[in-house]
Amino acid sequence: METLPTIWFILIAVLWAGYLFLEGFDLGVGMLMKLFARENRERRVLLNTVGPVWDGNEVWLITAVGAMFAAFPRWYAALLSALYLPMILVLLGLIFRAVGFEYRGKVNSERWRSGWDWAIFGGSLISAFGVGTALVLTSTGLPLNANGDRVGGAFAWFNGYTLLGGAAVVLFCLIQALAFLALKTDGLLRARARRLFARWAPVALLPLLLWAVLVGVGGAKLIGWLAIAVAVLTAVAAVLAARRGREGWSFISLGVFLLAVVGSIFYNLYPRVLPSSLSASFDLTIQNASSSAYTLGLMSVIACFGVPLVLAYQGWTYWVFRKRISPASIPA
Amino acid sequence: MEALDIARWQFGITTVYHFLMVPLTIGLGLLVAVLQTCWLRTGKAEYLRMTKFWGKLFLINFILGVATGIVQEFQFGLAWSEYSRFVGDVFGAPLAMEALLAFFLESTFLGLWIFGWKKLPAKIHLACLWIAVLGSVVSAYFILVANSWMQHPVGVEVINGRPQMVDAWAVFTNNTALVAFPHTIFGALAVAGGFLLGISWYHLWKRRQLGIDTVDEKKRVIVGESPEHPGRDKTDHKVWLRGLRIGAVVAMVAFAGTAISGDLQGKLMFEQQPMKMAAAEAACQNGTSFSVLSFGDVGSSNCNDVVAVIEVPGLLSFLAHGDFNTEVKGVSSLIPEYQAKYGSTLPNNPIYGDRAGQPIQYVPVMAVTYWGFRMMIGFGGLAAFAAFVALIIARKGTVPSSKWLMRLAVLGILAPFGANSAGWIFTELGRQPFVVAPNPQMDGIDPVFMFTAAAVSPGVSAAELIFSLVAFTAVYGVLLVVEVALLVKYIRGGVPSAMPELIEKKDSDQSQKDDDDVLAFAY
Repeated sequence: METLPTIWFILIAVLWAGYLFLEGFDLGVGMLMKLFARENRERRVLLNTVGPVWDGNEVWLITAVGAMFAAFPRWYAALLSALYLPMILVLLGLIFRAVGFEYRGKVNSERWRSGWDWAIFGGSLISAFGVGTALVLTSTGLPLNANGDRVGGAFAWFNGYTLLGGAAVVLFCLIQALAFLALKTDGLLRARARRLFARWAPVALLPLLLWAVLVGVGGAKLIGWLAIAVAVLTAVAAVLAARRGREGWSFISLGVFLLAVVGSIFYNLYPRVLPSSLSASFDLTIQNASSSAYTLGLMSVIACFGVPLVLAYQGWTYWVFRKRISPASIPA
Repeated sequence: MEALDIARWQFGITTVYHFLMVPLTIGLGLLVAVLQTCWLRTGKAEYLRMTKFWGKLFLINFILGVATGIVQEFQFGLAWSEYSRFVGDVFGAPLAMEALLAFFLESTFLGLWIFGWKKLPAKIHLACLWIAVLGSVVSAYFILVANSWMQHPVGVEVINGRPQMVDAWAVFTNNTALVAFPHTIFGALAVAGGFLLGISWYHLWKRRQLGIDTVDEKKRVIVGESPEHPGRDKTDHKVWLRGLRIGAVVAMVAFAGTAISGDLQGKLMFEQQPMKMAAAEAACQNGTSFSVLSFGDVGSSNCNDVVAVIEVPGLLSFLAHGDFNTEVKGVSSLIPEYQAKYGSTLPNNPIYGDRAGQPIQYVPVMAVTYWGFRMMIGFGGLAAFAAFVALIIARKGTVPSSKWLMRLAVLGILAPFGANSAGWIFTELGRQPFVVAPNPQMDGIDPVFMFTAAAVSPGVSAAELIFSLVAFTAVYGVLLVVEVALLVKYIRGGVPSAMPELIEKKDSDQSQKDDDDVLAFAY
């Protein structure tokens, strides 16, 4: 019976999609601190659009990784130890970003703020890139031996896919953040974000699509291709909606796009969780990498109760802070 | 240094650092929630000011705990992949539950609390803080379940060479976890109590120094007002005096709590990890006396080099068993027992790499366990005693104008931090050479154990580990300086640093309360 490992495979895919969707925009907003905002007041608007929610969003990453540990310990162990250096950079990036959000406004000095702006920008960029690296390589494979250990030295993970996955997530986060800012801000910022989104979305979403297609070519399953078709359609819909000033629809379409892409990637990967590029017999799969049925059963009960609860109260948070923010709403 | 040693240093540094933030987060969070509750119930201005001021310091500290906490969750897979593979079936579960059931609560509701002032109805706003604080307490429980399983593995059977969970109830009600949990929460309250006490003392002293408060011939305080802050100053005095008293009481209660739970924990440890307790005592031979002070080389491999100078007869037996004459085993009689059960050399298994066949050192570094144990108790007791003295000194409503005493009170903030760190270092290093300590209570040999030497990631090079060790140490070092500097800045600023409206009130009459204000708080 592979029901439980399959359920957990799906749940982990959902957690990663949730992470990319939610922290997608706050990582992107972090990068836009330097790329989009022009002066301090605009930066504060940007910060405050994600202020109440970024920390909660980040927990999706912690939960995704924790769920991998609990449900597929060999996947967790192989992926993190093989990607040692990029994961360390992700952690350092997340530290700088988090501290930057909280400390930036705590001292009234231009140098202090500018320093933390760079920390937020750099931390967000590095984290997004590293997460993209980890996700692309878990779908395309790493040089792992029979034990699941990396062969070939500290940089054995570096290849074309690494760059593709990293770029895909970075660009997605930027676009997601523009869609979010168009939805959450008002006035000039809103118009600028919407314009930039409509102009750059077609380019910025391409690497993510390409990644899904490359994984699909290996798996070549019909449902996977259908998902990719849905992704293309929703990407077009997102741009069209933005052009007509329908920011809500644009944001939702982008969300469906992400779900379709992540869905197709994980669907084509199944039942593998982390292929070995050395030999298919070393592949980590839902069978050989999962925890016992007992542990998975226990975790399923917890997830059945916990995940809807989390969705409910996080949804409430977005409702409480639903109003648009503009420079006028920033107190001195 | 080989990879194993670097990985151990990295784990130690990142964990101890993380645990500087955690107790303050838990303890101060609880106190701020209580203060806001008092404010809601009484409507008194001083409680609102206390909530805002201590809440600000809480947040400055909280974020660093969050940021360094993620490292903890990743590093089992990063540097300890063999460990993760071996224990994943049982150890991953509490970690995942911590994220799902505790972290989400903590971070989401804290966001609501920070930004929800005046946006949410007062009771719901307060409930958000309570839920967030509850989240951090629940999170501590899950982490202690995971850690306690490494100290005392229960609820599993070894199937295909790896432990598999067969009894979740046993794992989540592990007696080791059930005593470690209150011990940790009381330890956190001790930190928060000392923090309130030291900072409040500083501000009361400052008021004496500036001549705002004076004392009469009976040493009773005459609360004054500085000309710049009429109306504000008398409330401020209440803020600091109440902070001092609450802090001192919390510190004393917390010490009693840590002592009682620590005693229970010690008794379990004598059963579950006799070597750790023998090393904590630097006790070579079996005996019943507890050494308050020993001289000699406690770090020596020959523990006969250690000579106890002050001993309390029977105390060791009492700590271990609750009576005064049961002999407690010393290191010399434990070593052969461990060797008979778990071998005297590391097995010839590829998992050990070059270390296969090397002799196993069953005695942890005694200098660390011996002094770690004493520093934990010593710093904790010192802090509680100081709190008691402070309460007496300040009973007439203010503190003496002595600068020397003020410095001592501020310095005293560090003692509970020291006690917490020492306690963790003691308990984690005392577990060596095992990463999962075997359980000697079972008949025969419990197969559920793992040597630390087998736990490290085989694919990760020493160079990678050195890079991360240096990077973490440097970044953590810089951030500690930044955090302390920020804390000092806001502490010196006093209540108005957390409530700027108290300063600007006079000259900004036109900025009336804007009901359409989108943000109650802004970055």
